[in-house]
Order: sequence, then structure tokens, then C-alpha cells
Amino acid sequence: MCVVSVEKARGLQTACTTPVAEGMIVETESEAACETRQFVLEMLLTDHPNDCMTCEVNGDCKLQDLVYDYGVEWPEPNGRRHVYPIDPDPNPFVFIDLNKCILCSRCVRACEEIQNRDVWSFAFRGFETKLVAGTDQPMLDARCESCGQCVAYCPVGALYDKMSVGLGRPNQVEKVRTTCSYCGVGCNFDLNVRNGEIVRVTSAEDAPVNGMALCVKGRYGYDYVHHRDRLTRPLVRAKWLPDVEERVTEGEWTLVEVAEKRAEPTVSGNGAIAGDAFIETDWGTALDVVAGKFAKEKQAQGGDAFSVFASAKCTNEENYLFSKFTRQVLGTNSIDHCARL
Amino acid sequence: MHTTLPFPNEADPTVNDPQHKCIAVCMGTGCTSSQSAQLHQTLREELDEHNLNGEIEVRRTGCFGFCEQGPIVVVSPGETFYTEVKPRSAETIVEQHVLGNQPVERLLYHDPTSDATVEKWHEIGFYGKQQRILLDNSGIIDPENIGHYLAREGYQALHQVLSEMTPEQVIEEVTESGLRGRGGAGFPTGVKWGFARKTQKWPKYVICNADEGDPGAFMDRSVLEGDPHAVIEGMIIAGFAIGAQAGYIYCRAEYPLAIKRLRVALEQTRELGLLGDNILGSDFSFDITIKEGAGAFVCGEETALMASIQGERGQPWPRPPYPAVSGLWKQPSNVNNVKSYAFVPRIIHKGAEWFSSVGTEGSPGTAVFALTGNVNRTGLIEVPMGITLREIIYDVGGGIPGGKKFKAVQTGGPLGGCLPEEYLDIPVDFDSLQEAGSVMGSGGMVIADEATCMVEFAKFFTKFVCDESCGKCPPCRIGSTRMLEALERITEGEGTPEDLDEIYWLADGMQQGSLCALGQLAPAPVISTLRHFEDEYRAHIEEERCPAGKCQALITFEIVADLCPGCMVCARNCASNAISGEKGEPHVIDPELCERCGLCEAVCNFDAVIVK
Ligand SMILES: Cc1cc2nc3c(=O)[nH]c(=O)nc-3n(C[C@H](O)[C@H](O)[C@H](O)COP(=O)(O)O)c2cc1C
Repeated sequence: MCVVSVEKARGLQTACTTPVAEGMIVETESEAACETRQFVLEMLLTDHPNDCMTCEVNGDCKLQDLVYDYGVEWPEPNGRRHVYPIDPDPNPFVFIDLNKCILCSRCVRACEEIQNRDVWSFAFRGFETKLVAGTDQPMLDARCESCGQCVAYCPVGALYDKMSVGLGRPNQVEKVRTTCSYCGVGCNFDLNVRNGEIVRVTSAEDAPVNGMALCVKGRYGYDYVHHRDRLTRPLVRAKWLPDVEERVTEGEWTLVEVAEKRAEPTVSGNGAIAGDAFIETDWGTALDVVAGKFAKEKQAQGGDAFSVFASAKCTNEENYLFSKFTRQVLGTNSIDHCARL
Repeated sequence: MHTTLPFPNEADPTVNDPQHKCIAVCMGTGCTSSQSAQLHQTLREELDEHNLNGEIEVRRTGCFGFCEQGPIVVVSPGETFYTEVKPRSAETIVEQHVLGNQPVERLLYHDPTSDATVEKWHEIGFYGKQQRILLDNSGIIDPENIGHYLAREGYQALHQVLSEMTPEQVIEEVTESGLRGRGGAGFPTGVKWGFARKTQKWPKYVICNADEGDPGAFMDRSVLEGDPHAVIEGMIIAGFAIGAQAGYIYCRAEYPLAIKRLRVALEQTRELGLLGDNILGSDFSFDITIKEGAGAFVCGEETALMASIQGERGQPWPRPPYPAVSGLWKQPSNVNNVKSYAFVPRIIHKGAEWFSSVGTEGSPGTAVFALTGNVNRTGLIEVPMGITLREIIYDVGGGIPGGKKFKAVQTGGPLGGCLPEEYLDIPVDFDSLQEAGSVMGSGGMVIADEATCMVEFAKFFTKFVCDESCGKCPPCRIGSTRMLEALERITEGEGTPEDLDEIYWLADGMQQGSLCALGQLAPAPVISTLRHFEDEYRAHIEEERCPAGKCQALITFEIVADLCPGCMVCARNCASNAISGEKGEPHVIDPELCERCGLCEAVCNFDAVIVK
């Protein structure tokens, strides 16, 4: 598709590889170049499903755009087409539909040149040429670390995010740029939000730290956001709280039933709440409990009774504050972190 | 000029002695596949029995080119040429010819064109118009014996280069000779070397293209099997000329014998210090590695070839940059065909002038072809450039068998074109063939007689290209398949006039939109047959008729009642019980039941079955 006319050069040249030279005159939309592009597009369409209506990437598809831009008509079916099984790979993240693959090799290159995992390559020759993982294996057996880089670079709907299938197409979602909450690298990406729910994460070329690259957690680890087990408010053991029964009865706090094997019920016959039951409180109350206990221990045993474990999920600024808190407030140097993967 | 190599005793002068007693047995791939190795062994045993083994040499040689007549045996002195020699004939040859001095009549070549029996090698019509300057060692020397090559002035050129010439002089000499690459495109070899020399980047690589993927072509294989040292010597000289220290021979793994001969030859050259550090005591060092290819036609394309050497999928890279600037591992590299390298020692040794005196001005030297198809004599031939197609087909090839008429000749293999009768008198050289709408290619030459359906013919090459397209560019990957489908529709009687438009449109798109010559030239066989035989295409489409009577869907078999004696042979052989009739009465074929396999026609002894 990148062919252009270069004055004095024989035939069309590939714009992506031809070195520029002094005084070179290049025509990008010459008649010959446009005709060749049309031909290439029409060839691709003769072996491509005509299912834009139901395709996940409708509206965000390079093939669709180019076919539109170059005014290529849908060719009458006349000849062999591939019929590959849809979503044949058992991996949890990447949805594969080779019927849509145009063999552009962007996934192969993304995996090889950016991610250095060499999962993808082409097998067989001619019309039978086919994208395969490893030696035509499941992706996870072929060194795949599920970064989704291949999906991010796929210009058509051949590789897509499995968790997002059927949940919303490009024009149905709102993109919200955010910073990844997993580690301190600070990757940016777009949350694709539909009806208030994240349905997909897409990476963005203009992300300053990471560009199109993301790791498996950043790209696919967003299901915790809407997960029903997610804690959004603090839980405190009943025994640390004053007037638990009343405040629960009044509805100020809530008794939370946690699925765990208990010897005794959380609420006994006389209405008393068991000491180890979890109570959902407000942040002020919970932090007061923690602060009170820190203060007590520090007084009793000194600062070195504490050791602190910080997190790579925090930002640098948060970790800085954590360090300062550890050394100045708690009074110990025993602080470490988990970013030693 | 004759220089002395530091090991004068290694040369074995018996190869040059016409009186030397020798039984030469062809041990090329063709003849060994019809038991010539066993024949070689049996001949030695026979001689042993008569205590003659010390006196008469049984020599393993490379290809004589006349493979259809193999295994070939030549008994010297006298160069008696025996054909189709079975191991069991060893005894007769030894007892009758060696001991009794009587040529074995029944093993001599019988020429179907003149109905004569020919005794001497060089009297055989097949060799008459040939001029063997590249294949001059094939069939003469034992390719696994470096002594033979040395006696044929082998490595003299290398010695001369290292002791008397500068790299620039070598390049000049090769340029002067006018040698054009024999891999297909005919690019001037000296000029190519000059580019690689000019690039100031090291290491540089010398690469020999021995992929030879054209169906039916075996020129390069024969050179490697029959005269491996010539290729090696040419490569070392190229290394000196461009400033490289390492060479690769990229040879398809389907050529195990060529690879074995190369291995033996490389070992021998290393032992004599002709390869390795400080060759012949000079400060030039060079060594060669064999890289076996897995047998993809596209890996013969130079950039795909280098990708393959690097362990990558054999797909072409865009050029420029050309290999001379950025090739193997992005280093300056020089890729030449087997024959191009093999010519070099001869050019250096005998001089540029000698070489350019053979052939034509624009295409000096000789051309090696694998002549196949509907000709009386097939095989490997070497002819001077400028010879006409007619001379090749009728004088070397002995004309069309069975009294049939010539129809077309395909040169250049699956990327070449076909030429009809009117072009038979054009000279065979790079430029004339191109002008006529075909190409020289690397040396495939297929002859088609009048019974060949040209649509079928084009379909064969298109099918090949479909299978061999690397799959990178959509115009080639998908276009060739669509082209094949259009041809299939035509041969199956389902073609429409629009299919012809589609073919032209596909051809144009493939030509414009493919990166390498595979996709660009793949439509050539179709377009050239369409240009010269459009009537035949139209007959398939408009009249649902195959004029050559070859396309099964378009023909019917009939029995001519007057000629049929009712022998019942056809009825008995018919697998679909389509033939009926009483014994002694003319038979009839039921067109509904007939599967058009053609067996009845083949078995009929009275030519009563005809195709309509
Ligand atoms: C599809 C394709 C197949 C080719 N196959 C061969 C081959 O088998 N042997 C060869 O020498 N050149 C082959 N070539 C030509 C090479 O690309 C290259 O031009 C040649 O090796 C250069 O050598 P020369 O200058 O000695 O001719 C092929 C080219 C194409 C496009």
C-alpha cells in the first residue's frame, strides 16, 4: 500500500524502505500508485469476509478506511476463500480470526521487534500463507506473555481483545486517558468506557512513557475495577470499634459477611457482634484505629518494632511520602518494596 | 600464460591423454538414479576378474547432459559412447570391448532422427552444435579428484590472480569479457563486482546462488556435480576482487549429490591451501560454507536467499539498497549464479578476449539450457549465444518426435514466456529473447508440440507460481491464485470472455504491485500464450472446444466404426464401462458414462479411437 512513484525510477517504489536521495521527486498519489493500491485492496477483499456489520473493529479498521478512500467496490465472490476456525486459541486474552488477516505482518514485527518474544510468524507459502504462533501452537506455548501488542497493531479485526468481544465498538465507547495503577512506570492508556463500565483498554501512540506498549496487567488486568469482591471502603474488625452494635443498628456502619469458615456466627442470639467480624466503616474511623495502634506500639516498643513494605503500584510521589512517614513518623529505617520482579 | 602451482605432482595428467585407458561412467544425479553407481562397481569387479584393474581406470564423472539416454558410459581410447547401460551389461563391455576390441553394438546410441547408430561421442547429433566451454570438464574429470581438475589447468587462474593481479584488474578483466550473470537477469558480472568492491564496509560476503528452483532445470546441479572446483575457484577469485573473506554456497537440500561433491571439493582445496588462511602463500584468506536451502523457488531470488541464510523466512527484501551495499547481515554482498562463477576461472585463464569471441557482442559466451518437452533429444546442452531457437530445437534436439508439428518454446522457466513458430529464427541471447517477449532466464527450455493445449501449458506454470509465491505481497499471493482460477474455468469449459479481461487486469496488477520478479513476471507465461494463441483461449470459451484435444472437460472420445475390428481391448480396459459392442463388431463409447481418461485411445492398436 505504501508504493509511490519516484521520478526516473523504474516501477513503483515502496515508500517505507526506499532511501531518500538528493533531488528525489516523489509523487505519493500518482495514477499508477493509486491504481496499484486499488488492485491490492481488491485482491485482499477477494479473500476477506464481508462482515463489517458485525465486526468488532468496524469504524476503526485500516482496511475499511482504505477501501473507502480508494473507492474500491466489493468484488463478486469468484474463487477460493479461506475458512479458518474463529477464536481457536485457548489463551484468555487474544481473540483470533484469521479469516480477516491480511498478512501485513505488523503483529509479527511488534512481537519480534518491540516485545522481543517472537511468538508470531508466517507459515506455508502462497495463498496458503498463514499467521501462526510458534510452530502453529497455542500462543501460550509459544512464549507469549500476553502483552497484547499484536492486537494493538492489528489494522483489521484479525486479532482482538478477547475480554472485549461484543462489549462495544469504537464509536460506542468513550476513551478516557489514564495512568496505569499497577506499577510506578506510569504507562498511559485509554480506558474504553461504555455505559459507565470499562469494556477495553487500548494503548495510544502519544502515551509519553510507553507509546503502544503495555504489559499484560495494564492491558488486561482491569477486571478488578468493577469486580464485586473489590473493597471500596475500609473494613475493621468489630473488636477495635466502639459501640459497634448500636452504630450498625443505626445504619452508620455495615456488618459485612465475608465468605470464610467460622466456628461461631457473626451475630449471636443476643444481638452481640463477634469480635472478629468485619465492619464497613468510614475512612476517618478506620484510620483512627490504625493510627491509634501505631502510636501505642511505638510507645511500647519503639520505632524499630515496625517494618514497612511499600508497593510498586504506588506512584513515585506516594512512595516518597511512604518513606518519609516510615522514617519520620514511625521512626524506623526498615522500609522495603515489592518491585523486585 | 602458464604458472606453476606449488604442488605440481598433485595434477593427474591422464585426464588429458586420449590414449589413456579408461571407462568413464556418468555419476550425475540422472544416471545414478538409474543405477550407474552399481554399474561403476560391477565394471570394477569385472576388470578385477580379468586382473585389469590396475591397467584400466573406471572413472566416475559428472553429467554428459544426455540424461534421457543414461546411464552413459564412455570407453577410451576412442570415446565410444554407450547409452542406457545396465549393471548387467558390464560383463559384455569388458569382455567384448575391452578384451575383444569390438564395440558393443546394442549399447550404442541409435539416433531416431537419422535411424543410424552412432559410435563416437562427438559424432552424436546432440553434441554437434554444442560448444562446451563451461561444461568442458563434465563427463571428463572425476569431480571428487582435485588432481583431475588441476590437470585441466584448474586453479591456474587463482594462482595468476593472487600472484600477478590487483583486485581492480580482476574486475576489469571480468568486465572486459562481457560476462553477464547466468542467474536470469543477465546483469554484467564485472560491474556487479565493482559495486561490491566500492562499498567501504567489512566483512563482505561472496554468495553463490545454487538454489535452482525452475521446474525441470538442472544446469547448476550438473555443474556442481561435474565440476565443483570451477565454482569454488570462481568464488575465491570473486572474494579477492571485492575484498571478502567469507563465501556461502546456497544449495537446495534436494541436491544431496551436489552438496556431497562440494564438501569433498572444499576439503581437498583446504588441504592444498587453496582455501583458508593465506591462500597459496599470499596474504589473502578466504573460506566457504555450504548453506542448505529447504527448496523454495523464491529462495533463488537474491534477497530472499540472504534472508534464508540468516535463518529467516525466505521472503524478498525491497531493493535498493542492493546487496552490494547492504546484503547478508546488512553487509556488502555479491550474489552470482553457479554458472557465472564457473565461467570466471576460464575467463581469467584464457583471457577476456577469448571469452568475448564466443557468442554475440551483447551476450558473450555460451548458454546452458535444460532442454525438455516434446523434442527427440532432451538433456543438458551448452550452445554459443546467438544460435537460433531453430538450431537448438532441430539440430541439437533433433526436432519434434512422432512427426508432430512444433507449436511453442518456453524459455526462462515459470517466469519466462513462450514463443511460437515465427520466432524460431531469432538469435538466442539475453536481449533478443527479451525483445521477443520472453526471457533468457537461468536456462529452462520446454518445447511444446501441436498436441499441447496452450491454456493447460500456461496453467501448469501458473500453478507452480501459486505454490511458490512467498506470500508477502497480496498481488502475487492472491493474484496468482485468481489467475489460476480463471485458467481453470477456461479449461473446464466455464470460461467467459470476461475471464480474459480479468487475466489482463490481474497480470497488470501483479506486475505493478509485486516486490520481486516472482510476482512481477509470474503472469508472463499466461500473457505470452494469450498473445500468441488467443484463438485457442477463445475456442475454449466461445466454442467450448479444446483445439489440442487435451482439456478433459471439453473433449469427447469416439470410435471410428470403419477402423474398429471389434477386438474388445478398449472395452476391457475401460474403467467406467462406457464402451460396448460385440466381438468382431465396431464398438461405441457412451459419452454419458465416459470419464475421458483416454485409456481407450492409448490401448487401441488400430487408431480407431479419436478425440473430438
Ligand atoms: C523468483 C526468483 C527465483 C530465482 N531463482 C534463481 C536461481 O535459482 N538461481 C539463480 O542463480 N538466480 C535466481 N534468481 C535470480 C537472482 O535473484 C539473482 O539475480 C542471481 O542469482 C544473480 O546472479 P547472476 O548475476 O550471476 O545472474 C531468481 C530470481 C527470482 C526473482
